[in-house]
Amino acid sequence: MSSTPSRGHQLDRVAVTGGTHGNELSGVYLVKHWLQNPSELQRGTFAATPFLANPKATKRCIRYLSQDLNRSFTRTFLTSKETQDGPYEVRQAQEINQLFGPKGSADAFDFIFDLHNTVSNMVACLILDSEENVFTMHMCHYIQKHTQGPCPIYLYGLPGQENYSLQSVAKNGLGLELGPQPHGVLRADVLSHMRALVACGLDFIDLFNQGTSFPAFDIVAYKIIEPMDFPQSPSGELLGFVHPQLQDKDFFPLKPGDPIFQLFSGEEIFYEGDATIYPAFINEAAYYEKGVAFYKMKKCTFSIPPLEAPEASAP
Amino acid sequence: MECQSALQGQRKKGEEVKTAWRPPGALTDSSVSWWCPQKCQSWQGELGRMTALLGAKSPLRRVAIFGGTHGNELSGVLLVKHWEEDGAEVQRTGLQVKPFIANPRAVQKGSRYIDCDLNRVFDPAHLGEEMPENSPYEVVRAQEIHRLFGPKGGKDAYDVILDLHNTTANMGCTLILETSKNDLLIQMFHYIKSCLAPRPCFVYLIDRPSLKYATTRSVAKHPVGVEVGPQPQGVLRADILDQMRRIVGHALDFIQYFNEGREFPACSLEVYRVMEKVDYPRKENGEIAAVIHPSLQDQDWKPLNPGDPVFLTLDGKTIPFDGDSTVYPVFVNEAAYYEKGEAFATTLKVTLTARSLNSSSP
Repeated sequence: MSSTPSRGHQLDRVAVTGGTHGNELSGVYLVKHWLQNPSELQRGTFAATPFLANPKATKRCIRYLSQDLNRSFTRTFLTSKETQDGPYEVRQAQEINQLFGPKGSADAFDFIFDLHNTVSNMVACLILDSEENVFTMHMCHYIQKHTQGPCPIYLYGLPGQENYSLQSVAKNGLGLELGPQPHGVLRADVLSHMRALVACGLDFIDLFNQGTSFPAFDIVAYKIIEPMDFPQSPSGELLGFVHPQLQDKDFFPLKPGDPIFQLFSGEEIFYEGDATIYPAFINEAAYYEKGVAFYKMKKCTFSIPPLEAPEASAP
Repeated sequence: MECQSALQGQRKKGEEVKTAWRPPGALTDSSVSWWCPQKCQSWQGELGRMTALLGAKSPLRRVAIFGGTHGNELSGVLLVKHWEEDGAEVQRTGLQVKPFIANPRAVQKGSRYIDCDLNRVFDPAHLGEEMPENSPYEVVRAQEIHRLFGPKGGKDAYDVILDLHNTTANMGCTLILETSKNDLLIQMFHYIKSCLAPRPCFVYLIDRPSLKYATTRSVAKHPVGVEVGPQPQGVLRADILDQMRRIVGHALDFIQYFNEGREFPACSLEVYRVMEKVDYPRKENGEIAAVIHPSLQDQDWKPLNPGDPVFLTLDGKTIPFDGDSTVYPVFVNEAAYYEKGEAFATTLKVTLTARSLNSSSP
């Protein structure tokens, strides 16, 4: 799929998905509310569609049943011939692909906002595949300027890796990752923050549709390097935990020689890289099963070209 | 399902509030009325004995440390696993200390429980039950724990169980006391509090018969609940781990000093006695209709006055506290209690006293 924006094209098919992970409750709660009362998702030029992405996991308040839905939008899963006995999330991914895709096709939705929470101290993190997605980078820039508090940009795409996320079904997409919030808990502050971010993103699309052009800018974003694993025994048992000096320091610089782990014995483990990195998803509950303690990110500045307004649509 | 009553036995809103607080001593031990349904006649003798033991002077020799009673509360899980590998930190002279993973299958799965809440099934009905093959895992496990560390109420039961828990609520260091009449535990909690000072350590008293639940640790003669937060489920935070580790260390020190014959003078202890559980406003389909108000979030142990905001709806409507006096909320926005119909519990501050204490044998 091309990640460049379709210029000269209005966005009128927009979805807001929550409960992609069933225990990340801000999005679940907002989407359920919008399904009852969608007026908040309406703008002059379009109305966004709310959608509960993983209803079975939501019902049980767990991340997923069989596999992570937000890793299930690859060609392999989307084209596999699934029976009713197949993994629930693969069937769900195929259904979402039918509703909002097909991924990579002209018929796909224009934009998907996918709502997530993290237990990490990521504040209001904006997640997209790559800085090459000019339209979404402009949206991020707009959100940073028009909402309260920091909104770090997290670029999760790796060279040569197929995009696996739910939002990749649409032509453009943005993940909103708000934290810290424990899984299975609803915090009012996080909820209202997420609501404001969605509203701001919808406003941006509306402005664009109405004919607003946006000038070029430079912007800081964090690009994924690789995961950092917890210290583990050969059998996979945790030998230590995130160092208190690193805990909650998402997107702060981590220099070679800084402490990263403490072992149960009291011993400290230090970062051994050769350059400063910016850790993210520090101590995220959902990544324990992968043994990942945090993701190493590099801080980059990108020059984003202007975004030209779409031509006025034919009556 | 066998555990239905245990899962749903928490909602007794309203009626309990009107019960006046009686000073310790005037109370008949609440555990007596709770523990003795007619079918358990044979256990009543043991119970009398247990009640006598509450002012115990005999040394405490057998102590267990439970982690993973809830499998996703990781501080206790990881500390106990560590102490199973290397127990030097929890060994004390004259004490047999047993670190123990209470719900290994839930720990393996990273969930609170498999079939039902292990920390609610240590009642005669579940412990005395003949088990069919399809019994809930936690009921099977409860009987095993009852055999290993009990029998509950019996003279062969462990002396002390320290049961390690985490909460997503902002409760800091909390010790849970099951009866107001246990001089030994009042002295222990007083000691732990003084060791942790100036860091606050709160005592939560859960002695109301209707709100009391049949805890895993209740198989021991002296059950101690340790609850440290805030920590999300499935996560291990260094700061929370350190606080729990200190509490366990001070508790074991106290037991050792007690056994060595050290005298603990009469003391008083401020506790927060549970009054009632408050549920979320709910829609007709049972889903919650409002969230904890930002001005109540993280305010565990702080006074909540009539009329103060407690919930907020998505339409921006604030729902005030409808109680008629100041209370102290606890377990505010605990993840595990959404399914139990509990947004928070209210408590009142009460001061307990304990007589001076020393072990009879050096």
